[in-house]
Amino acid sequence: MTALGAAEAQRTAPALVSLRGVGKTFPSGLVALADYDLDVREGETLTLLGPSGCGKSTVLRLIAGLAQPTAGSIDWSAPRIENNIGFVFQDATLLPWASVFDNVFLPLRLGGFSHEAASPRVDEALAHVGLLEFSGALPRELSGGMRMRCAIARALVTRPALIMMDEPFAALDEVTRFKLNDDLLALKRRLGATIVFVTHSVFEAAYLSTRIVVMSRRAGRLIDDIRIDPELERDDDYRTSKSFADICRRGSLALRVAIEEATP
Amino acid sequence: MIHKRQAIPWRDIGVPLAVFLATLALWEGLVRWKNIPPYILPAPSVILATLIQDRELLFSSLIVTLGVTFEAFVIATVCGVALALLIAQSKWLERALLPFAVALQVTPIIAIAPLLLVYLQPGNAVLVCAFLVAFFPILSNTSLGLASVDFGLRDLFDLYHASPWQKLIYLRLPSALPQFLTGLRIGGGLALVGAIVAELAAGASGQGTGLAYRIVEAGFRLDIPRMFAALALISLSGLAIYGALAALSHVLLRGWHESARAQDA
Ligand SMILES: Nc1ncnc2c1ncn2[C@@H]1O[C@H](COP(=O)(O)OP(=O)(O)O)[C@@H](O)[C@H]1O
Ligand SMILES: [Mg+2]
Repeated sequence: MTALGAAEAQRTAPALVSLRGVGKTFPSGLVALADYDLDVREGETLTLLGPSGCGKSTVLRLIAGLAQPTAGSIDWSAPRIENNIGFVFQDATLLPWASVFDNVFLPLRLGGFSHEAASPRVDEALAHVGLLEFSGALPRELSGGMRMRCAIARALVTRPALIMMDEPFAALDEVTRFKLNDDLLALKRRLGATIVFVTHSVFEAAYLSTRIVVMSRRAGRLIDDIRIDPELERDDDYRTSKSFADICRRGSLALRVAIEEATP
Repeated sequence: MIHKRQAIPWRDIGVPLAVFLATLALWEGLVRWKNIPPYILPAPSVILATLIQDRELLFSSLIVTLGVTFEAFVIATVCGVALALLIAQSKWLERALLPFAVALQVTPIIAIAPLLLVYLQPGNAVLVCAFLVAFFPILSNTSLGLASVDFGLRDLFDLYHASPWQKLIYLRLPSALPQFLTGLRIGGGLALVGAIVAELAAGASGQGTGLAYRIVEAGFRLDIPRMFAALALISLSGLAIYGALAALSHVLLRGWHESARAQDA
């Protein structure tokens, strides 16, 4: 398939989930989101970029069913997908009293799996993130990067078709972040899940995504919708290429517009 | 990048022990140097001698007091946890029950003890007193623990459609463990206080067999060394209870919780 063909295929891939005219008003009266449209297409790594407070986390929570929209509709291509969503929170959000193994086992345990039945899948997920030899460690014995890996393994263990990631690497140092970015890309190639990613780093967005949506605080406004050829090799050469620089420039400009709209 | 827990440095035990021994030595020296008679202030050596000489009487009283304390503590733990779980099920129950628990807590136990002695056998009155003071801290700390679950973890359990029962077993109970153990540490110490207070009240009316009664009795006879000896046993019991419960916390929390990492304060 040619590069253009792959980009075209991505554009016309079936939507896993469609948000139409979605609004979220909190009981306090605060409007976090209004008249918001978004299609998440199969195979995408879709990144939401925008100033803090523009509703990125709210979009993820609505899609994951952790919050209910107060307006509009969220339509799923299949309930199978809706009922099995991975979520990586900004803090690793691990059970502090449970080992790495038990943390990754948790989603399966809640789904009724026995320890024996779940064990191979837990080990597989741990192997995917390189934590197999730390199965018995407690979260506080791990570095920040390893804790995040554990959270990613936990999100993978139910083999979801859709994974939400809310600023997962924001608290990590740059070396660790770059390493985890590469690992995430490798995982994505191997597992092929659809990812909705939130970051405030334009560079991270440009490196990981096949599509970047820049959001504004203003109701329902998408400032830019940047598509990136999914076939592009994501490596150090890409980081220093002209196309990467172009994407970053376009993303930064859109982000600046979004921030100016947010602070009238 | 595995961090191992640090062992407790020897000075955490050594320094207070040294201070304690130095105080005893100073006390002993002062009493001998000034020739203070034992009915005013007995020297530590005299107290120790009394402890050995009166051991049968004192230790049988100690067993009585510790037995009641332990019994009350166990009942308070069971009831405190049960009520905390009940309250955690609904705001309505909390509103209905908590005011009574608070009212009980703020009424000084020493004021309740004489009344209990009117209605109950001295032994049972002591038990109820010890129970009443140990119960509330266990209830309130466990309640607090059950309510203070991390929001992110709550979302995680919602994401996987956990049932209320699963949330209780895998999230709320373990989350509540550190605060529950804090409640136990406070409650354990207070159970002893409650038992002693009730024994004092009972002792004043000439009934009783516990350690506090020995103090009252020795006081009537101006047997000051025996008063000190009984007092020393009470202090040691309090320390032992606290130490045992702190050790329990330490083992159960295995270092996952901040309070177990720093010091069991
Ligand atoms: N549970 C909540 N109750 C009230 N307001 C909330 C709640 N969650 C988020 N908000 C508000 O909604 C807006 C959007 O929040 P969020 O989606 O977290 O933004 P972002 O992730 O883009 O920083 C913010 O103004 C935030 O304060
Ligand atoms: Mg956010």
